[in-house]
Amino acid sequence: MAILVLLDNHNDKISKAALEAVSYAHQIAQNSGDEVTALSYGKLGDSLLKAVGQYGAKTVWHHADLHHPTEDQLTALCAAAMEKLGASMMVCPFDGLGKSVAPRLAAKIGAGYVAGAISLPEISGSELTVKKNVFSGKAIATVKVKTQKKIIGLMPNSVPVVTSDATAEIEAFKPEIPKSGVRVVEIRAEAAEGIPLPEAEIVVSAGRGLKGPENWGMVEDLAHALGAATACSRPVADIGWRPHHEHVGQTGIAIRPNLYIAAGISGAIQHLAGVNGSKTIVVINTDKEAPFFKAADYGIIGDVFEVLPRLTEAVKKFKAAN
Amino acid sequence: MNILVCISKAPDTTTKISFTDGNTKLNKDKVQFIVNPYDEWYALVRAIELKEQYGGTVKIISVGDAEYDPIIRKAIAIGADEAVRINSDALDAHFVASQIANYAKDKGFDLILTGKETINYNGSQVGAMIAELMGLPYVATASKLEVNGKVAKLERDLAAGVEVLEADLPVVISCAKGMAEQRIPNMRGIMAARTKPLEVIEPTPTDQYTEIVGYELPADKGSVTYIDPNNMDELVQLLHSEAKVI
Ligand SMILES: Cc1cc2nc3c(=O)[nH]c(=O)nc-3n(C[C@H](O)[C@H](O)[C@H](O)COP(=O)(O)OP(=O)(O)OC[C@H]3O[C@@H](n4cnc5c(N)ncnc54)[C@H](O)[C@@H]3O)c2cc1C
Ligand SMILES: Nc1ncnc2c1ncn2[C@@H]1O[C@H](COP(=O)(O)O)[C@@H](O)[C@H]1O
Repeated sequence: MAILVLLDNHNDKISKAALEAVSYAHQIAQNSGDEVTALSYGKLGDSLLKAVGQYGAKTVWHHADLHHPTEDQLTALCAAAMEKLGASMMVCPFDGLGKSVAPRLAAKIGAGYVAGAISLPEISGSELTVKKNVFSGKAIATVKVKTQKKIIGLMPNSVPVVTSDATAEIEAFKPEIPKSGVRVVEIRAEAAEGIPLPEAEIVVSAGRGLKGPENWGMVEDLAHALGAATACSRPVADIGWRPHHEHVGQTGIAIRPNLYIAAGISGAIQHLAGVNGSKTIVVINTDKEAPFFKAADYGIIGDVFEVLPRLTEAVKKFKAAN
Repeated sequence: MNILVCISKAPDTTTKISFTDGNTKLNKDKVQFIVNPYDEWYALVRAIELKEQYGGTVKIISVGDAEYDPIIRKAIAIGADEAVRINSDALDAHFVASQIANYAKDKGFDLILTGKETINYNGSQVGAMIAELMGLPYVATASKLEVNGKVAKLERDLAAGVEVLEADLPVVISCAKGMAEQRIPNMRGIMAARTKPLEVIEPTPTDQYTEIVGYELPADKGSVTYIDPNNMDELVQLLHSEAKVI
């Protein structure tokens, strides 16, 4: 069973989430003695593509003329690649494009699709079962895929990555891509600052306890010292203190970093839903009754205005010494 | 303009989740169901605004059993004109999308709107599948939607920035934050909702591609370790040597 992995192009880079998907596919393929082929497009240098081999892809099929494809065009690209490979499984990252290409492809080729897998699958015969989060992270479901063709969207930061020093072969793959009914008119890119939140291993997040947007310097300083991304609670995004893409929780994005530091956030159930997959949670709050402490590994009952700068200093001291 | 809005139900966001039947079924005791927030706040309200601007009808479609009816009535009360329910359990995303695509295929809708995702199974799947099954363009997680003749003008947020798109009608769109402001149904809407048509039709046979075979709750956190707010060096040490995350 050959496995295809879609590498979505993020501003002419390959995302960490996509490389995780390659490693994940490789771990599945190894058990059955199969190969992983990665599929990419757009402006990506050969050295970037070859390096995908480190994550377990034997070959990278690359469509260099496809720039800013729409979802239906990527669906066509994936379908053509699966057919040519005779692949019965595709893995893609469960973010951005993967989220909209995978279900469309599933309907096109009659594949069962698992959106947001968080574990390696168990495969017996033609049946596959795998775990995913449901009810916004309040529970985990085991999903069985019954179809012969299967698609897995892998939740970022869920399964450890395995690497080697192999390099991948690059082959041009340029099937006819149909015209799309959707046209990209304009991309108003903002300078991508720092680390994309869904991929971050460490996240520093803050809520209404910060009192106002002018106080976010403390949050950013700590994030900077840790090499972390920043996030926020929903009311903070709603009143415009922070951009919407930082809003985590049930109605924002769900993240699973290794370390989540919550400063001045009460820990409402809708907020926890987006972060309770984090491996370690640190909570800083003046109110010892704040519900977030029940979900925390480490709790600090204290004022963010004092604790955050102190923590930043301690991190800097630690980094300098190690 | 004729708009079809796909409405699903979800447990109220404050619900504590538990399971029955050897952890294979959601325990519905004490669970209050609501209209899936994205469907209500964004897809439905934007559909109603467009109808107010251009005329036409807003129709609601749900795939579900009779437990859906109060949810559908609530959505009608916000301002939809009519509703149809496909009378079946929502077996999986492919099943739901097939039912909706099959219903919509010869009805001439200009827009089919879904929410960004359901907050119960969080798949973001159904809209894309409807589009593929109907051979229509699809735009996921749109944060703005205007219609200009036969063209939809859309925006969506990227990790850094905004993408501006155009799509030919008919088109399937999944709706996210930014598209509209939540509307509270008024008394008149609630009264009118009782008499507006809610058609119930039987599903067409469709294969189920995936099945949930069991549930579990996330492992409980051990108890929290409190750290003196004056001793952040200790926290950093613990994060390094105990939690091994820095
Ligand atoms: C349908 C629905 C969906 C929702 N979805 C989301 C979601 O996706 N994400 C989300 O975050 N919320 C969501 N919410 C809102 C959620 O219920 C809470 O209202 C919200 O998370 C609270 O944000 P907060 O913790 O920043 O603010 P607050 O609840 O106001 O908490 C502020 C906290 O800061 C502490 N504090 C104050 N001053 C200090 C100080 N100097 N130092 C330290 N601590 C201090 C306080 O003790 C308090 O615990 C949703 C709500 C609904 C109804
Ligand atoms: N049972 C259902 N009936 C009608 N629409 C649904 C149903 N399930 C999902 N949808 C629609 O599809 C969107 C995406 O759902 P999902 O793919 O489950 O995340 C939802 O926001 C709804 O608009």
